[in-house]
Order: sequence, then C-alpha cells, then structure tokens
Amino acid sequence: MRVLPHALVCQEAVDLVSDYVDGTLSRRDRRRLEKHLANCDACTAYVEQIRMTIAASGMVRHDDLSPEALETLTDLFRRFNDER
Amino acid sequence: MRHFSHDWRRYGGPVDDSELLARLIDGDERAFVEIVTRYQPLLVRVARFYVKSDASAEDVAQDTWIAVLNGVERFEGRSSFKTWLLHILVNRARTTGAKEGRVRPIDLTWSEGTALSKRFDEGGFWREAPVPFTEVIENGMVNAPMVARVHEQIEQLPEVPRAVVTLRDVEGLSTTEVASLLDITEANVRVILHRGRSLIRSAIETTLQGGVS
Repeated sequence: MRVLPHALVCQEAVDLVSDYVDGTLSRRDRRRLEKHLANCDACTAYVEQIRMTIAASGMVRHDDLSPEALETLTDLFRRFNDER
Repeated sequence: MRHFSHDWRRYGGPVDDSELLARLIDGDERAFVEIVTRYQPLLVRVARFYVKSDASAEDVAQDTWIAVLNGVERFEGRSSFKTWLLHILVNRARTTGAKEGRVRPIDLTWSEGTALSKRFDEGGFWREAPVPFTEVIENGMVNAPMVARVHEQIEQLPEVPRAVVTLRDVEGLSTTEVASLLDITEANVRVILHRGRSLIRSAIETTLQGGVS
C-alpha cells in the first residue's frame, strides 16, 4: 500500500523553498510544495523573497583590489614575461 | 574598505574571459591586470577558507597566478575559466593548509536561530504573512542600498556558510562545484544555503520594517 504524504504546513513548506528555486527538489517534494503554494499567498510571497535575496546576492561585488596588491601582481607578470 | 561598486557593468558589460585569456597568452599586461582585478579578491577569500592567515591566503593566490601564467596556453575551455582557476587555487590552498595544520571549522550545527520559527503558530502556519519585497526593486533590479545590506549580512555569516553563499549565490557556481571546492557534500551545501539565504532574507525584511538586526 502506498502511503500518501500529508499536506505541507507553511513551516514545512519554507524549508523546501531554497531547493525549490534551485531546481534540486525531488519530484515528490516539488509537487507537494507546488500544491501548497497554489493555495497559500504567504508562502508564495516567501518564495519571491528568497528569489529576490538570491538576485541581490548575485549583485554583490567583492572588494576592489588594493593598489598595492595590484602592483605586486603586475610585477609578477612583468618578471614572468621577461623570463619567458 | 568594503563597498559596492558596479565597476565594469557601468560601461556595457564585462569583456569576456576568453577574450582576456587570448590577450594574456599574447603577453598583454592590461589583460592580466583586468583578470587579476576581477578574480584576486575571490581567490584570497576562497584560499582563506583553507589556510591560517590572510597573508598565507594572499601567498596562495599569488602562486595560483604563477600557475595560470605557466598553464594558460593549455587551458582548453572545457570548464569555465573561473572554475579552472578556483581548482588550481584550492589544490594549492589545501596543501598549504595541511602544512600549517589548519583545522577547518565545519560546523553543521550552525543555524539561523529561531527568528523564522517564531513566525509560525503551533500548527505551523504563518502568524503574520511575509510581504513581497517590491519596494527594493528599481528598474527591475534590486536597489543598491539593499545589495549593500545583503553584502554586510554575508560578511557576518560564520565561515562555512559565508563561503557557500559567496560561491553559490555571489559567484554563481553550481552546487556541485561548491561542494567539490569546499570538500563538503552537496546535501550539506544545500542545507547551508537554505539557512544562509533564509538569514539574509530575514535581514532584508527587518531593514524594510525599519528595524535593526
């Protein structure tokens, strides 16, 4: 006999969201989550918030390279070029 | 000083890595400067995950550039340049870290705390529904102050989640690549990402509500 999974409550649903937006949820969990989302505006808003969080992280730029570090590396390049 | 900058994006997008590499092979110093400017901060950051000090991480990154200069002609483009570069770095960083006797702080018990769980009632339903972050969007993109806030939040994460979120969400590497670079399982990468993203999300929410986290 196949045991049917119980319907998700919101707290369980949010635990699946990160994998959901990455496309790494199992088919079974994806179906359960999508079924929940179809009837839950709050969790649907949460999914959008996580998508936006990831988009914001993708816009973070690392610190700029210091002039000293750049000079050290440029010297390295010049020495390498002179030797080859 | 940490700051958010658009750098090359302001001028119509970056020069492609493969074009820079072709120029580098021809000995073009400007191409080298552009590549190291693009990747050195990332290299130091990832190396730091394996070695004991910032100075040691910078040495490992420098050795990596020497290896790149020696090997760039053999780079066949089967992976992205970034992935190739990070693998060279991590191989060196692992060796250095092992020599230094560095113990990596893999603490998988790290969690985002109870901030989110308090949002649910006994039945597991939202006490107060989350509100879409529409006000941080300008011209279809997340606005600069919010990106700066997210950057701050990433910096405050413990070391492992910081490395995972940086490689996956800031740098856009795949979960498989992140797992391989950091020597942790993909399942752990996913768990850590879930917690990290959820913590950053909470920080954005707190900021929008005018609070301080």
